[in-house]
Amino acid sequence: MRTLTQHRRMQIYGALLLLPAAALLSTFAYLPTILTAVRSVYEPGRGGRPDEFVGLENYTYLLEDPVFLQVALNNVIYAIGTIPTSIALALIMALFVNSKLPGRPFVRMAYFTPTVLPMIAAANIWLFFYAPEIGVLNKIVGALGMEERNWLGDPSTALGSVIVMTIWKEAGFFMIFYLAALQAIPPELKEAADIEGTSRWRFFWRVTFPLLMPTTLFVLINATINAVRVVDHLFILTKGGPNNATNLLLYYVYETAFSFFDQAYAATVTMTILVVLALLAVLKFGYLDRRIHYQ
Amino acid sequence: MSTTASLDNRQTSLSKAVLAYVPRLETVGAWLLALLWISPLFYAAWAAFHPPGAVAEFDITAPLTLANFADAWSQAPFARYFFNTFVMVTGIVIGQFIICTLAGFAFARFPIPGRDVLFVLVLIQLFVFPEVLLVENYGIASNLGLVDTIPGIGLPYVASAFGIFLLRQTFKTIPRELEEAARMEGCGWMGVLLKVYVPLAMPVYLAYGLVSISHHWNNFLWPLVVTNSVETRPLTVGLAVFSAPETGVNWATISAATLMVVAPLLIAFLLFQRHFVQSFMRAGIR
Repeated sequence: MRTLTQHRRMQIYGALLLLPAAALLSTFAYLPTILTAVRSVYEPGRGGRPDEFVGLENYTYLLEDPVFLQVALNNVIYAIGTIPTSIALALIMALFVNSKLPGRPFVRMAYFTPTVLPMIAAANIWLFFYAPEIGVLNKIVGALGMEERNWLGDPSTALGSVIVMTIWKEAGFFMIFYLAALQAIPPELKEAADIEGTSRWRFFWRVTFPLLMPTTLFVLINATINAVRVVDHLFILTKGGPNNATNLLLYYVYETAFSFFDQAYAATVTMTILVVLALLAVLKFGYLDRRIHYQ
Repeated sequence: MSTTASLDNRQTSLSKAVLAYVPRLETVGAWLLALLWISPLFYAAWAAFHPPGAVAEFDITAPLTLANFADAWSQAPFARYFFNTFVMVTGIVIGQFIICTLAGFAFARFPIPGRDVLFVLVLIQLFVFPEVLLVENYGIASNLGLVDTIPGIGLPYVASAFGIFLLRQTFKTIPRELEEAARMEGCGWMGVLLKVYVPLAMPVYLAYGLVSISHHWNNFLWPLVVTNSVETRPLTVGLAVFSAPETGVNWATISAATLMVVAPLLIAFLLFQRHFVQSFMRAGIR
């Protein structure tokens, strides 16, 4: 009987420990998620009338909105443009830094430094780089005898320019996860391969790369989250322009809510981001964590 | 650098000679990439220390100057922005340590009914961030009177799923015997937490603290939405306002302002590089 009350007391104590976190998470994560979903099926009442339930009408509008379709497509291009390249570069950087390299501390610092900068500061630096007339890129391009451009002002190069900057910012961050994974590979494998005369190329593809698979998937999921979540640089570089050429989903949400004051539609666009994030969560917890060996 | 160990003894001396250059090629590649990677930052630094005219003309011979920093400092309330960021980051990290320690401890050691379901609910926040829900979070912050306050910037991040997860994992690895020993000495649950669990988790707090500081020092979108005055604006938002094209500030001054904003974290990173890199590894890999 006494152990039962002890158990009960521990339950209550535990619940109390959890309470502050539960209250904050409810206020700033669960409640806004539910409110977003609810708002996306209502039309705000005009002239003091109550909000009107419209079912999926906002979503129908979404699929007919050429700007949304362009923004969604931009985000797909942005993800495809940034993710594989950053991951490949991160892996190459990690292999470089993990080898016996002269001046290794400097090299590692150079790769990692963009990661500690705010996106806003990085964008400021790159804005300068891409500027028409006085920008460094145009000076270089001009010196090589190629055509100078307004990189961020031309719809055909703007999104690509944003992608390049993002890769620069992200690759070093993903590098450290590969570096940690590389250092965890037992050196005996390499010694055994050397004795058998396996070439370095073959060793990489047959041993190192498969062993890095959990890291690659971890980085892949994080990179995808970042592709829908981080739009800070757009505020400096392009403001989503020219003519929405670089607009991404979350920036479109911001514009819709705070420049066009259409909260119902902003909520509807937010739902598309939440769906992407939910798919990633399901992929991670429901599938990957069971398939690969995480510690 | 010896590569002979990795060579196949059946290979000819010619291919040996060729392969001997592979590491050198690698070195060249690694260094070229490193120089390419750091060059935007070097360029910004060069621009910040030279007169605006020389920057626009790429005059390498121009004299060094600190005038750009003085200009930036006097043209916008950067001192206030520094103060705001400092208060915000300190508040967030302290809040996270307290809230996540309590929740992590609860998940690690207490038989709360429905604990696993609750834990999955917490993990959802690893994917749903306050800034993604910015429209509704703005409404909520507004109802709570938090708009344009420093707690308004920080509160949505305080109950961090990441912190709860990290500390729960750490607390679970701590042997129960240590806890028993403290109980024998008459410690209550809070005593056990503060005297056994927290000290043993110190490296995790350090790692999590560094990751959290650099994240919130650099965070932009939610602070942009929730602040609208000099008294609350953090550095990132202040820098964005300062360098908006409408203000007509020149490149050299913007570079100086950018370097100023970046400097504290960058210097800390350069001094404690190993700690930073290890913290990010530790926190990310779990």
